[in-house]
Amino acid sequence: MSTDTIAAIATGLSAGGISIIRISGPEASSIASGIFRVGNKENLSMPSFEQWESHTVHYGFVVEDDRIVDEVMLLYLKAPKTYTREDTIEIDCHGGIVVTKRILSLVLSHGARLAEPGEFTKRAFLNGRIDLSQAEAVMGIISAKNDLALRNSVKQLRGKLRTRILSVREEILNAVAEIEAALDQPEYYTLDGFRERLSESLERQSAEIRRLIRSADDGRMMSEGIRTVILGKPNVGKSSLLNALLEEDRAIVTDIAGTTRDTLTEEIRVNGISLVLVDTAGIRNTLDPVEEIGVRKAREQAQEADLILFVADASVPLDENDKEILRGHTNARVLALLNKSDLSPVTTEEDLKNLLSACGCDAEILSISAKDGAGLNELRDKISGMFFSGDILTDDEVAITAERQKECLYEAEASLSHVLEALSEDMPEDFLSIDLMGAYGALSRILGEEVDEDLIDRIFETFCLGK
Amino acid sequence: MTNTIPEYTTDSYDVAIIGAGHAGCEAALASARLGCETICFMVSTDTIAMMPCNPNIGGTSKGHLVREVDALGGEMGKNIDKAFIQSKMLNRSKGPAVHSLRAQADKQRYSNCMRAVMENTPHLTLRQAEVSELLYEELPDGTKRVTGVKTVSGAIYPCKAAVLCSGVYLNARCIFGEVSTYTGPNGTPRATHLTDSLIAAGIEMYRFKTGTPARIDRRSIDFSVMEEQRGDEPIVPFSFTNTPEELEREQALCYLAYTNEETHRIIRANLDRSPLFSGDIKGSGPRYCPSIEDKVVKFPEKDRHQIFIEPEGEYTNEMYLSGMSSSLPEEVQIAMYRSIRGLEHAKIVRNAYAIEYDCINPLQLYPTLECKKIHGFFSAGQSNGSSGYEEAAAQGIIAGINASRYVQGKDGITLDRSQAYIGVLIDDLVTKETHEPYRMMTSRAEYRLLLRQDNADLRLTEIGHEIGLIPEERYQKFLMKKQAIEDELERLSLAVLGASREVCETLVGLGSSEIHTATSLLELLRRPELSYESLAPLDPERKPLPADVIEQVVINIRYEGYIERQLQQVEQFKKLENRKIPADFDYDAVPSLRLEARQKLKLFRPVNVGQASRISGVSPADISVLLVFLTRVLRGEAQE
Repeated sequence: MSTDTIAAIATGLSAGGISIIRISGPEASSIASGIFRVGNKENLSMPSFEQWESHTVHYGFVVEDDRIVDEVMLLYLKAPKTYTREDTIEIDCHGGIVVTKRILSLVLSHGARLAEPGEFTKRAFLNGRIDLSQAEAVMGIISAKNDLALRNSVKQLRGKLRTRILSVREEILNAVAEIEAALDQPEYYTLDGFRERLSESLERQSAEIRRLIRSADDGRMMSEGIRTVILGKPNVGKSSLLNALLEEDRAIVTDIAGTTRDTLTEEIRVNGISLVLVDTAGIRNTLDPVEEIGVRKAREQAQEADLILFVADASVPLDENDKEILRGHTNARVLALLNKSDLSPVTTEEDLKNLLSACGCDAEILSISAKDGAGLNELRDKISGMFFSGDILTDDEVAITAERQKECLYEAEASLSHVLEALSEDMPEDFLSIDLMGAYGALSRILGEEVDEDLIDRIFETFCLGK
Repeated sequence: MTNTIPEYTTDSYDVAIIGAGHAGCEAALASARLGCETICFMVSTDTIAMMPCNPNIGGTSKGHLVREVDALGGEMGKNIDKAFIQSKMLNRSKGPAVHSLRAQADKQRYSNCMRAVMENTPHLTLRQAEVSELLYEELPDGTKRVTGVKTVSGAIYPCKAAVLCSGVYLNARCIFGEVSTYTGPNGTPRATHLTDSLIAAGIEMYRFKTGTPARIDRRSIDFSVMEEQRGDEPIVPFSFTNTPEELEREQALCYLAYTNEETHRIIRANLDRSPLFSGDIKGSGPRYCPSIEDKVVKFPEKDRHQIFIEPEGEYTNEMYLSGMSSSLPEEVQIAMYRSIRGLEHAKIVRNAYAIEYDCINPLQLYPTLECKKIHGFFSAGQSNGSSGYEEAAAQGIIAGINASRYVQGKDGITLDRSQAYIGVLIDDLVTKETHEPYRMMTSRAEYRLLLRQDNADLRLTEIGHEIGLIPEERYQKFLMKKQAIEDELERLSLAVLGASREVCETLVGLGSSEIHTATSLLELLRRPELSYESLAPLDPERKPLPADVIEQVVINIRYEGYIERQLQQVEQFKKLENRKIPADFDYDAVPSLRLEARQKLKLFRPVNVGQASRISGVSPADISVLLVFLTRVLRGEAQE
């Protein structure tokens, strides 16, 4: 039986409906009693889990410091008749990514650990809930969810933010290397003046981590949503499609950090689902070096996509370039759009279908006109349909990834404050190493990197050790 | 060549140890003391426990290893206590975890003392002979089993287990400048046949490199311009069986000198003649023990490097130049050393040189140090790609214990990363890919706060006793010490002082602050400004206790928070460590493992899930998948 209690958002990205936060483990009810209140808004009282029967639903509020965060339904499930065979609590909240994540943060700050990819299912299995014949499926889920989480983690953390985390991490590692070199070769290296330098550097690094946490809270750090890449030859109407989809959503369009000049990224809602739309440079075989960069970027974007919107131009014949673009991406979910249906078509849905099957792609085809808006509603319905039916392989991991990264930042910050505390208590330097490495490890987890030999390598790079 | 020499079969043994350096001696002694008829081979009996490089034992993290070897019932600690001429506890101003004991040795005495122990240990036979072949039989499952060893003279010694402790002797080549000599260290004979035999047995070999500085005639050095380096008074013994009083003796002096711009200029001007830079040396050298030419090239901004001048012993005038190993040509060495203040008239007795040698890829070993492919074949020390006398001894005792247990049909013993530096050392060697000689460092130990040199006995004596290397009398003494620590901790927690004026005045007098409620002595000891001794006036009940008991009590109280945290981490670590993976486990049967992880796991064959998780290229998700599968296997068996 596991000893710790885990939590995660159990529902997907749907911004409209109900979101569920699931908590599983021995501390589930004590964690919930820290944030859940029953009664009415004017008269909140503590829940009495010990008196409640298992498998009952309770109306109440999630609170933070006595302030109401959301009105929720709480499902109370006692072991062993639960999915994980552990005490389980599910909080159904009114949704909205922001509120859901805030509740999850509260649950985590009250002692739960963020679940690893597929961990509920893993526990269900390890606790005997799932029988042997299903073990293979369990392993498949763990590994698929983890791949997805990694993919999301990497694609959500790009550009500047990555650089900022790297630079904090770098400075921490240098400090540890200095300590360790002096400990290893006390007759060659002293730590005179080190404590002053370290405490100054720690103030700076902690401030930077707090800034990173704030930007995570603002939602600026990572873009969340189904990563949708618009692909097609030049001039088939990709940008018009983007603009058309953005039209009524203008109000909630946000700029996303990491936007490159070669691709344009926008966030929109489609039937309540978040979509990150990436408009790429048109792909075609090119010898022009500048354009080639754009094409390469477009291909990279497509590699990371959850959904590809392939746009073809109905007013001109299909050619080798269309084929070439499709060829590399038969693994991702693709919707094929025949644009410019308002003009007299040269290419039919039938032609496009032939091209698709020649490329081994079984995408559905929609005729649209980005210019007059024909077919766009069908397109929206199609996308949300694919999402809800699970055809688009994205799930809670997208939202969770951001939370996981934030958790790591909090951990790094806490470790650094331990170091400051130890400095003020005049603890010997080898104690400082412990929490400095803790912070280093936490930051490395955000970047998805193994840290194993980093310290040893750094010591040897920077310090001349020898006998 | 060996084929032309007639073979004959001679005495049989339980265990054959190949080599009598620091690994070989510990392996041979452990095996013989555990009751196995043991034969130990060496190319020359003059090389037993020889220290061909630095004249010291211990140092940061290495001192920890020596104390652990001692706590398990090994010999190195006792031997250096007999042979030291200066002793120092390094890092005293730092935390207790990094306090490190180091002693300068009289090399000859060290070697002689160990030889005397070896020669007088029952069940142990010494034999000067070069082992040229490992003999084995093929088993139906494709693995092999040791049946004996053969020497260059054609003698076949049947044995059940063999331990390779070949140090730097396999196909050794010593190099300085354009000169190569085909010998072991210090001009001793090398071993030229065994590598081929091991390769034929399917063992993958590496070629590593290390080096040593010149030895200078003491009479040619002007010590008056150098800083003196003195030993500690009183000294701390290496062995838990010795007391400081027993080991009191006159201590020798070491000296500190510096290189300068002229030294560096001479080195730079002759780099093209260095075999390291000309490409003549192909072996992988260690980063932590670079030659002086490496240092000058890698750290051009440093205008001087420290050199410690240390005696090789009381029997000789030779002085060791620590920090200045080199493989530059002889005349360049002379110019280089003479450019140093105080060494202007230095006379070199022995040249500095680099040495290249064959060793095995240690990933082929289980954490017991037994070879995965050949049952009964063990390897320890530099032949496993480590460096250092202490690292060698640490592996030697484990290999010796396990070779004897193999012969006796018992399961092998392993120490994990939370128990000992020995565990960290061996786990790193057999789990992580290394491409340079491996040296122990305290930063390699993730639970170093628990793995202190001061508590090595508390961590390992029990295990040493269980194995059979700690005699009953020593064990009873140890139990008393353990009890005394627990009793004193309890007494201090129960001894509560009221916040009276007297008490407060005493505390303020000690440079501390007043108390406002009743406070235990244990609580007061947490205050960094108060020591156990200084609290004596407030502790009339106190009975005299040995210094090592008080030391444990104070460390436990003062660093409790940190220690507690590491203990929790260890608990997490043990969960995966305790999930064993069967030796014949079929990774191809596990669905959803990533290709890279599957290949690595098949190659490494980790013994438990913890070890699997430390293999680079195996992700946490792979570990989850593996755990689920292992559970299925277990449950499946339970159902059958």
